[in-house]
Amino acid sequence: MNERAIDVRGLNKSFGDRHVVRDVSIAVDTGRITGFLGPNGSGKTTTLRLLCGLLTPDSGEGTVLGLDFRARGDAIKRQTGYMTQKFSLYEDMTLEENLAFVARVHGLEQRRERVEDTLHRLGLFDRRRQLAGALSGGWKQRLALAAATLHSPRLLLLDEPTAGVDPKARREFWDEIHTLAADGLTVLVSTHYMDEAERCHDIGYILYGRLIARGTADALIRDSGLVTFLGEGPGIDRAAHLLAQADGVLSASAFGAAVHVSGLTREALEAALVPWRKEPYRWSEVTPSLEDVFIQLMGRERDERYTS
Amino acid sequence: MTGPLPRILAVLLKEFTQLRRDRITYAMILLMPVMQLLIFGYAINMDPRHLPAAVLSHDTSTLADSVVAALERTGYVDVRYLPRSDEELDQLIRRGQVMLGITIPPDFTRRVLKGERAQILAEADASDPQAAAGALAAVSVLPTEALRNERLGLGPPRSTAPAFEVVVHRRYNPESRSPIHIVPGLLGIILSMTLVMMTAMAVTRERERGTMETLLSTPATPAEIMVGKLTPYVVVGLVQTVVVLGMARWLFSVPMARTPAGWLALACGIVLFIVGNLSLGYLISTVARSQLQAMQMSMFYMLPSIFLSGFAFPFLGLPPWARVLGEIIPVTHFLRIVRGALLKEQVLADMGDDLLALGLFVLAVAGAALARSRTTLD
Repeated sequence: MNERAIDVRGLNKSFGDRHVVRDVSIAVDTGRITGFLGPNGSGKTTTLRLLCGLLTPDSGEGTVLGLDFRARGDAIKRQTGYMTQKFSLYEDMTLEENLAFVARVHGLEQRRERVEDTLHRLGLFDRRRQLAGALSGGWKQRLALAAATLHSPRLLLLDEPTAGVDPKARREFWDEIHTLAADGLTVLVSTHYMDEAERCHDIGYILYGRLIARGTADALIRDSGLVTFLGEGPGIDRAAHLLAQADGVLSASAFGAAVHVSGLTREALEAALVPWRKEPYRWSEVTPSLEDVFIQLMGRERDERYTS
Repeated sequence: MTGPLPRILAVLLKEFTQLRRDRITYAMILLMPVMQLLIFGYAINMDPRHLPAAVLSHDTSTLADSVVAALERTGYVDVRYLPRSDEELDQLIRRGQVMLGITIPPDFTRRVLKGERAQILAEADASDPQAAAGALAAVSVLPTEALRNERLGLGPPRSTAPAFEVVVHRRYNPESRSPIHIVPGLLGIILSMTLVMMTAMAVTRERERGTMETLLSTPATPAEIMVGKLTPYVVVGLVQTVVVLGMARWLFSVPMARTPAGWLALACGIVLFIVGNLSLGYLISTVARSQLQAMQMSMFYMLPSIFLSGFAFPFLGLPPWARVLGEIIPVTHFLRIVRGALLKEQVLADMGDDLLALGLFVLAVAGAALARSRTTLD
C-alpha cells in the first residue's frame, strides 16, 4: 500500500498560449487534508481537474492512489470523488433521485440502503422528495459532498466547496471533512479562506500556475522569514497605504481598526515604523498570519516575474 | 450631455458588443436570409420540368416513337426508361424512379390509321400531386401535338378530332387530396424539429448548468453517456410517430401500410430516422455553447429540411445542386420511405437506397458526435 495518495511531478497544462499549470509537483500523504490556496486564475481548479482526469496534462508523470495517473485515469476516477465549484447536481431532481443517480452511475450495490443512510446522516431524510434546487447554499454543499463521497472514494477533490456559504454551514462542512479524513480519506481542497487554510493539515500555495510554497501552516509561517508588527490606535488603518510604500515594508494591510505591517528584516521594518511610533499609536510584534505570508508570496513572485 | 441619449447609446453599444461576441447568432443573422434567398430564388420551382418518365411501348411503329418525341418536346418530362413489361413499369413508378409512365398498346398505330379510338395510358405518381400536375400537363397536349407531322403526310385530316386519347391514372392519390401528400411528410418534419432540438438542448443544458463536469468525473464513458441520453428520446420519437400516424389515419383518412412487410419497412425507416435525428442533435450539442445556440442551429437545420427535402415543394423540381444537398438531408429519404410505405405499398426491397442513405447518415453523424464528445473538459 502506497503511503502517498498523490505523487505527481512536472505537471503542465496550457490552453492555447496560456500556460496555466507550470511544472507543478505535488505529493500528498494518505489521510491528509491539503489546502490549495492562491489568487483567482492561478491554476487551482485546473490542477484539481488534471488530478481527477477531467483534463489531460500536456506533460507530467506520477501516481494517484498508487496508479499511473496518465494511463489509469479510468481506474482513478472510480476511486475519486470530485466536487465542483458550482453546485452541479441536478436541480430539477429530488435529493433522493440525485443520490440514486450517483449510486447507479458508480454501479454501487445496495443502492437504496446507501442513499437512505446518506440522507439520514445528512438529516435530510424528511426532505428527500424536495428538489435539489430548492435547498439553501449550505445544504446544497452538504448534499454535493454526500454525492461526491457516496461511492466511498479514497481521494476527495473539492474545488472551493464553501464559496458563498455562511460561517456555520462552513464549520459543519469542515467538521465533516475532518471526520472523513480520520477514516483514511485523502482530501485536496482549494479555498480562498484563511481560516479554512488553517484547518488543513498541509497547504500548497499556487501562483501563476506554479506551486510556490508547500507545507504545514506553521512551517510556512516559520519559513517565510517575515517579521510582522501590529499597529493599533485611532486612524492607524488609514495609514496602511502610506506604510505599504515605505522602504523595508513588504506589506501593510488593515485588519479592522488595526494594521499588520510585514517586512523581511527587523532593522528595515523598524526604520520604516519610526514616523509612526508616537501617540496615539501602539505597536507590538506578532506572529505573522498565513495571510501575511501569502501576501508576501504574491508580491515576491510578481517581482521575480517582472525582473526576470 | 444630458437627456436620455447617453443612456440609450450606452445600452446600444453594449448590445452591439455582445452581438459581436456571439458569433453563432451573428452567423445566423447573416446566413438565414442568404440561405432563404438561395432556396426560394433558385431552388424552388413550382412548375417542375424534366420530370423522369418511362415509356412502355407495345407498338414498334414510328408513330409510337413520334408520341415519345412529342412528349419530350414539351420539356416537362425526360424519358429515362424504356421498360419491357407492365411489371417493370409498375416498379419504376412504385419506387419513385419515374413520375410518369406511358403505356402504348400494341394496336395503337393500327387504330390511329383506321381512325378508330386509339388510346394511350398515362400513369402519374400522384403521391406528390404538384409534381404529377406537371407531368400530366405534358401528356394533355399529346393528342393535338404528337402526330401533326405524320397526319400531314397522310393527307388532309378526315376530322378535327384528335388522333387518339390519353387515359390518365393518378396513382396513390387519385383525388389529389393534399392531406395524403402533406401529412405523411409532416411526420418527418415533426420528428426532426422536436428530436434534433430536444437532444441538442438536453446536452447543452448539462454544460450550461455545470452538471456535465460532475457527469464526466464519474466512471461513465462518452459512449455510455450518449446512449443513455439518447435512448429516452427514441421512445419520445416513437410516441410522436404513433400520435401522428393515428391522427393521419383517423382525422385525415391517410392510407396506412397494408401488409406486415409494409409496416416492417416503415418501422425500419422510422427507427433509423429517429436515431439519425438524435445523433445530429447530439452533434450540435457538442458544438453549441449555450442552449440558445443549440436552438439556433437546430432551426438553421430545419430550413433545408423543409424546402429541399420534397416536403414543401417537389423534390424533382429542384435544380441539381439543391437535389445533391437534399440527398444529404435525412428528411428527404424519410419522406420517400414514409410515402412509399403508406401510399405506394413499398416493401423493404423498394426502399433499399433510402434506408442505406439513412443508415450512412446515422453512422457518420453518431461517429462524429462520439468523436467530439470526450471524457475530459479539454
